[in-house]
Amino acid sequence: MSRIQKKFEALKAQGKTALIPYITAGDPNPNATVSLMHLLVSKGADMIELGVPFSDPMADGPVIQKAVERALKHNVSLDDVLEYVRVFREQDEHTPVILMGYLNPIEAEGYEAFSAAAQSVGVDAVLTVDMPPEESMGYLEALQGAGLDRVYLVSPTTPESRLAAVNEKGSGFVYYVSLKGVTGSSELNAGDVAEQVNRLRGRLSLPIGIGFGIRNGEAAFEMAQLGDAVIVGSALVSLIEANAHEDLYEVELALGKKMTEFRAAIDRADAQ
Amino acid sequence: MTVDFSKFPNEHGHFGPYGGIFAPETLMAALEQLNQEYQSLKNDSAFLSELSDDLRDYVGRPTPLYYAQRWSESLGGAKIYLKREDLNHTGAHKVNNTIGQALLAKRLGKTRIIAETGAGQHGVASATVAARLGLECVVYMGADDVVRQAPNVARMKMLGAKVVAVESGTRTLKDALNEAMRDWVTNVDDTFYIIGTVAGPHPYPAMVRDFQAVIGREARQQVLEKEGKLPDALIACVGGGSNAIGLFHEFLPDEGVAIYGVEAAGHGLETGQHAAPLCAGTPGVLHGNRTYLMQDKNGQIIGTHSISAGLDYPGVGPEHAWLKDIGRANYVAIDDEEALQGFRDLTKYEGIIPALETSHAIAYATKLAPTMDKDQVIIVNLSGRGDKDMNTIAQIEGFEF
Ligand SMILES: Cc1ncc(COP(=O)(O)O)c(C=O)c1O
Repeated sequence: MSRIQKKFEALKAQGKTALIPYITAGDPNPNATVSLMHLLVSKGADMIELGVPFSDPMADGPVIQKAVERALKHNVSLDDVLEYVRVFREQDEHTPVILMGYLNPIEAEGYEAFSAAAQSVGVDAVLTVDMPPEESMGYLEALQGAGLDRVYLVSPTTPESRLAAVNEKGSGFVYYVSLKGVTGSSELNAGDVAEQVNRLRGRLSLPIGIGFGIRNGEAAFEMAQLGDAVIVGSALVSLIEANAHEDLYEVELALGKKMTEFRAAIDRADAQ
Repeated sequence: MTVDFSKFPNEHGHFGPYGGIFAPETLMAALEQLNQEYQSLKNDSAFLSELSDDLRDYVGRPTPLYYAQRWSESLGGAKIYLKREDLNHTGAHKVNNTIGQALLAKRLGKTRIIAETGAGQHGVASATVAARLGLECVVYMGADDVVRQAPNVARMKMLGAKVVAVESGTRTLKDALNEAMRDWVTNVDDTFYIIGTVAGPHPYPAMVRDFQAVIGREARQQVLEKEGKLPDALIACVGGGSNAIGLFHEFLPDEGVAIYGVEAAGHGLETGQHAAPLCAGTPGVLHGNRTYLMQDKNGQIIGTHSISAGLDYPGVGPEHAWLKDIGRANYVAIDDEEALQGFRDLTKYEGIIPALETSHAIAYATKLAPTMDKDQVIIVNLSGRGDKDMNTIAQIEGFEF
């Protein structure tokens, strides 16, 4: 059983919804990432989604675009991201880590070599925004061979006909993109999401994480009632941008406060 | 070599290892719908006759195949013919494609058109068809290109389009494409994305090629009429590769026809400051397809340089990547200085002012023609006219504009 599967089962037994924060690796600088990961865990993260910087993040809004630019100023590479995970794992064996990014850095490294390296440092899953199940030949087998989970996106526009492939090829969980738009968009409609998640429940056996557009406790509270996991990204990353100074203190303070808001909202939903 | 070129791409949009659909999930359904609509319309006689009526009456096709006698004689080699895409309405080949995609947009009931543009020719061609159909139009353009192609920005605005200057990344064509994709993801229900070249996810590379292939179909017939034989060589500049594949495609099965795609060598291939992924790049995935890219060892896309905004792109259409690998086409590069000389030559000998993109193809012809016999024939795709480049030229030549 994968670390992600175990985590979902343990949470389910307690009647809890997972909180999965996203940060971009190397933002605001390469030294920050491992300590920010530990901070997120201490503030209630059940898993961590770590963004791999790519020069052309075509599915990301301005907040994450700028985070990626900050990381790329330091030339943060896929190898560097794997190194952060390795160091993180020295102190945390339990929190699943999901890499989220675009295909080209993985292509450059080679599917097999990347999968082996990711597995060896303790990565649990990979989500590649521009790699749909249809193109996954070779990629899928490489990740699977290394025991890594394959997380696929499902969106409000995903037709029924494609859900079977996601269910069959995906593992760990399914990432439901809660709105039509890029990361950081703001028009989340709980009613629409509820309808869509109900549609998915009948088709997918995997846990469902909900992300995109969850900016505050209120939205997290609503989404926790629908999904198995709540994924928050731009709301945290914008705090990194606003507070990035010489030392990390203010970033940690701001992130910690926001994480506490999300965690409390989700716990409140779970307690109902 | 017996490749059946009409069988490519396959149903998944693959040209050998290239092409495909590497798109965010939110767009997958829209791409599938577009593909189905296009596959059913491309053999539909009513659609095809509407398209050819528009190309004749609105665009002004067929464009002439013109024998550039004085220029050819100055080079002392092959006879050079120019396929006059500069004479199309709006001044470049781009409109062949926007006319076709606009008809599709109409059939799909979309009310809003978006486009990316580098040189501004595709933006102008998109704004033009949007005006004609009464559709809203938004054009994304790198902030640097907005400055260097100012006349086209003015034209787009006059035609009623909103031009968005894209400040992210390298502020050129690739960033405009990223921003257009983001718009499409957000507004996929009512918006049709008219991609301006043979790049992007399937079906765009095949669809844009099919709309541009009219260039080669006409040229083949015209050269047979004028010369009684097929040409010995074809030359076209390659940005994303739409004017090039438009000329080449009809001739792919003709093994005796040598094919040259000309990329931008910028400051020189050895400097790294260029836009020549086929000559100096490696395969990867960008903007929805697998193709040759300008990238570093970590898979990050690197900045490009070309004097011409329309060639200033780190990728290239996947069909060109495949034609390179199977050896059917040759890809060469021409630097900024050589392109400028090509621009001056054609203006001086023929009274035709070419676009800076096109000038790369002209410059390569000045190298190739003298190596060939006088009874041999080259067709150069004159993809666009140079009015839009007057600012750049004025600065370089030191006159007031
Ligand atoms: C006149 C002209 N030629 C060529 C190009 C390059 O595009 P493509 O390679 O798709 O023909 C452009 C693009 O803006 C252009 O305006």
